[in-house]
Amino acid sequence: MTNHWVDIGNADVILIMGSNAAENHPISFHWVTKAMEKGAKLIHVDPRYTRTSARADIWAPMRSGTDIAFLGGMIKYIVEDIEKNPQNYNIEYLREYTNAGWLINPGYAFKDGIFSGYDASARAYSNKSTWQYQLDDKGIPKQDKTLKDPNCAFQLLKKHYSRYDLDTVSRTTGTPKDSLLKVYQTFASSGRPDRAGTIMYAMGTTQHTVGSQNVRAYSVIQLLLANVGIAGGGINALRGESNVQGATDHAILFHLLPGYLPMITTAHPTLAKYKELTTPVSKDPKSGNWWKHRPKYMVSLLKAWYGNAATKDNEFGYQWLPKIQAGVNYSHIPLFEAMEKGTIKGFMAWGQNPAVTSPNSNAVRKALGMLDWLVAADLWQTETATFWKRPGVDPKSIKTEVFMLPACASYEKEGSIANSGRWTQWRYKAIDPPGDAEDDLWMIVNLMNKIRAMYSKEGGPNAEAITKLAWDYGEHPSPHQVAKEINGYDLTTGKLITNFVGLKDDGTTSSGNWLFSGSYNETGNLMARRDNKDTSGIGLYSNWAWSWPLNRRIIYNRASVDLNGNPWNPKRAVVKWDPAKKAWSGDVIDGFGANSPTEIYPFIMQVEGMGRLFGLGMADGPLPEHYEPWESPTKNLLSSTQLNPAAKVWRPQEQGTPDKFPYVCSTYRVSEHWQGGAMTRNLPWLNELFPEMFVEIGDELAAEKGIKNGQKVIVESARGQVTAVAIVTARLKPFTVDGRKVHEVGLPWHWGYAGISKGDSANLLTPYIGDANTTIPEYKAFLVNVRRA
Amino acid sequence: MAEKAILFDVTKCMACRACQVACHQWNDLPAEMTTNRGTYENPPDLSPTCWIKIRFNEVPKAGGGVDWVFTRQSCMHCTDASCIEVCPTGALYHSPDGFVAYNEDLCSGCGYCVEFCPFSVPRSAGSTITGIRKMKKCLFCADRVAEDNQPACVKTCPPGALTFGNRDDLVIAGKQRVKEIQATYPSAYLYGEKELGGLHVLYVLTYPPEVHGLPAKPEVPLAASVWKNALQPIGWGLVGLTVAGLGLNYIVARATVNAERERITRWMCPTCGYIRQGDEPPDQCPVSGDPGKKFTRMEE
Repeated sequence: MTNHWVDIGNADVILIMGSNAAENHPISFHWVTKAMEKGAKLIHVDPRYTRTSARADIWAPMRSGTDIAFLGGMIKYIVEDIEKNPQNYNIEYLREYTNAGWLINPGYAFKDGIFSGYDASARAYSNKSTWQYQLDDKGIPKQDKTLKDPNCAFQLLKKHYSRYDLDTVSRTTGTPKDSLLKVYQTFASSGRPDRAGTIMYAMGTTQHTVGSQNVRAYSVIQLLLANVGIAGGGINALRGESNVQGATDHAILFHLLPGYLPMITTAHPTLAKYKELTTPVSKDPKSGNWWKHRPKYMVSLLKAWYGNAATKDNEFGYQWLPKIQAGVNYSHIPLFEAMEKGTIKGFMAWGQNPAVTSPNSNAVRKALGMLDWLVAADLWQTETATFWKRPGVDPKSIKTEVFMLPACASYEKEGSIANSGRWTQWRYKAIDPPGDAEDDLWMIVNLMNKIRAMYSKEGGPNAEAITKLAWDYGEHPSPHQVAKEINGYDLTTGKLITNFVGLKDDGTTSSGNWLFSGSYNETGNLMARRDNKDTSGIGLYSNWAWSWPLNRRIIYNRASVDLNGNPWNPKRAVVKWDPAKKAWSGDVIDGFGANSPTEIYPFIMQVEGMGRLFGLGMADGPLPEHYEPWESPTKNLLSSTQLNPAAKVWRPQEQGTPDKFPYVCSTYRVSEHWQGGAMTRNLPWLNELFPEMFVEIGDELAAEKGIKNGQKVIVESARGQVTAVAIVTARLKPFTVDGRKVHEVGLPWHWGYAGISKGDSANLLTPYIGDANTTIPEYKAFLVNVRRA
Repeated sequence: MAEKAILFDVTKCMACRACQVACHQWNDLPAEMTTNRGTYENPPDLSPTCWIKIRFNEVPKAGGGVDWVFTRQSCMHCTDASCIEVCPTGALYHSPDGFVAYNEDLCSGCGYCVEFCPFSVPRSAGSTITGIRKMKKCLFCADRVAEDNQPACVKTCPPGALTFGNRDDLVIAGKQRVKEIQATYPSAYLYGEKELGGLHVLYVLTYPPEVHGLPAKPEVPLAASVWKNALQPIGWGLVGLTVAGLGLNYIVARATVNAERERITRWMCPTCGYIRQGDEPPDQCPVSGDPGKKFTRMEE
């Protein structure tokens, strides 16, 4: 989240899209309800009418996988309305804080769904040079603050979305035109400087072949409406697990090191090269360009890992770290493809249950059987832990040796937990775990203790990478020691470092994750703070726990004030500049220190300092463009390019077609169960509420197919089939797509063959296809057929 | 002492059913084995182990489409409480806070409260061990309220659709809320302000009560008043202890008849002790995996 949970209560308009927040993030509705009590309007855009829609002022149905068409129409509406009614928008914000007026390389082009620089043989944009700014002779990007230059981002945006008229959008999304217009008008009403609009989204946005561009479209809209950086605004990802924000911050993804430092690849043979290639350079004196500090964070990370063994002479241990192959994708789907091929021989499934949660679960379960060994660390014997005795499989035919490490639940261990709003809260152990269960920290430390002992004794390839680690946790590791290591030290004094501003690239400081530097310093464990008084008036609760970065509650908050440092909306002031004292008050100011508002541009994490209407760094184009999902019931009406041309396809032979699989299907969760279901399908109270796997079918389709409410039906895709109880409902209606009726059905993905409540896994149906930027699988839009069981 | 109440605001409920789970948890109630009957709503009805549930109604909208309406179903804690009227043993009574309290030790299992409740809330169940029947219903979390805590359902409600407080304050808040939503819901109404002398669970409704599954004009059934005010005093007062003994005998006998009528068959897994209610055992034990034919039928 750019903002945080409490801040949702400050919004005037709330757009929930790609999320069923009421069901999957119930506590968010504590704050949504507070906003609505003050008169806020709630919009829900979703293929289904859900428990969120039931609470919304406006529900707009939209066929799964057509978000960019929907949002492109909104961009077109706002851009045109800005020109017609500028008094309803914050033009100064648009001109001064976004790249609306920045001139783009005249070579930039877009033709029939393809941006300039595309290499069809590689299915990638291999040349992105035309997606860059025009530079003046000092190397500073050129601007036209009138926003009239045909090559400025605003004009390119206008041109790009001119195709997204109401008619075409409605024919694509299946959303009635009056609903589209109502949503556009209502959300655009948050563009006034004294109003705020927030976007809440989740996996319904991201789990698409265009998932990253879906989020980019939110960014464009929120920048056009001056909603980034302000109270009640922002782009707010509702994270689906209690500490998944912390997991992401600490680099659970293959392409990242802790604190969003890029992964080391074969393109970075030396630390010097790594620094050179990953550190952005700006010649603009007004660009804060915060990532220029990246080398300090990287060296401090190496010092945290290798301690005294990391010296200037050995590149602080850089060469001990394994380097992934540059350009090779190591994300979720390829991992299981590599297991099936036998490239990966061992697998630790740590609090994850891919036999249920991965797309194309049949393929995943088969891949697990190709492993030499599998370790499952979990609270329960999950489907992954018991894949070798799943229904229809002879355990004797599986050679994989499986180990189970019983793990502690959250209340059985101490540590920190970072929520979606970046608040990192310390929590304590409440009860002892059952039996031999241990916490994750204990497991990883003791596992590594043994590995280190073996490497010390027996040696092995790249042994020093392991033996030289600063690994002094003992047999009973303390979460406080780890939290301090993450915060980092001034190695000259031995004291905890105050925050990341003090980190250096000369080996005199350490920090396990620069973003969390400041969370546990000499003033104490700030994550454990529990002062629930709010002095801000906008619910920052700055002395409750700690929020990265630097306890800042709303990021990009410098954009919440005008060029004089006065809040756009004094009633919901986030920060304010006092020119006499030369100081900022309010929330922790974003990257400015004592700099005045005119000294540095507000979006300090971007090299040019601007909020990007025109995105420079994406894999699949600088502007979000609608492409159909991999499996779609229709041809793309906005260009002849059917699929995102940079999306990853793994198994082209497993693509279903609308003649055999005529219905759109999406997968989702319910309030009553959680993720792969291990934690909830073993709880009778929750099984009582949702006892069986089900499929939601619109009443019209059910009538067509002779399916009655409560009957068992079979849902099948090109990958597999599931049996489920039909919930026949008036809440799902067919879409009119390009003049044809298209039905959509939906499945929860909580079930599997382990636990008390058993059922077929929805992911037996989902495809192996990923987003162009992140390779997140397309769980949310694919094709199925439905018939009576 | 000021009377307490719960205010349920239909416009804020999102049917997450945390209230159902919190009720089970605080009152230590076991889960029922349910099936998916083609709806989100479960269990199908209130029961001796389910004291609160959310109804899910798909209400067609005038201009097309549906409105998914969620309504809380539990004891309404009436002022004119039929259950108290008909309770022959004094097991049910009004607490000083105004809600319908219950002394289970006094309950004879006669089941009159079950029959006479205008909201069809109380349920009666016999113990599998002793065979003694007892009434079960929401107790307003009397133990929590006594220590100045909110009832469990209120405490857990994420959107604040449930609030707890002094009844007078909640009536004012409820009326205010009705005013706020009347433009959107012309039938909006504060249910429970006057009904049955005043309920201790107030509802901000968006539609006429029947749409929410509530009686438009709940009444204490005439028979209940007759029983309490005429027959019972005659029974106890005029005829003396012997007849009183007979009366007691009648009550106990009636409890047995009720038990017979409502008898539920239970099946137990011999391996793990898992219990399934129903006419037949399951095909397979969901816990131990043993075949259903190994299950033994449990006697009341």
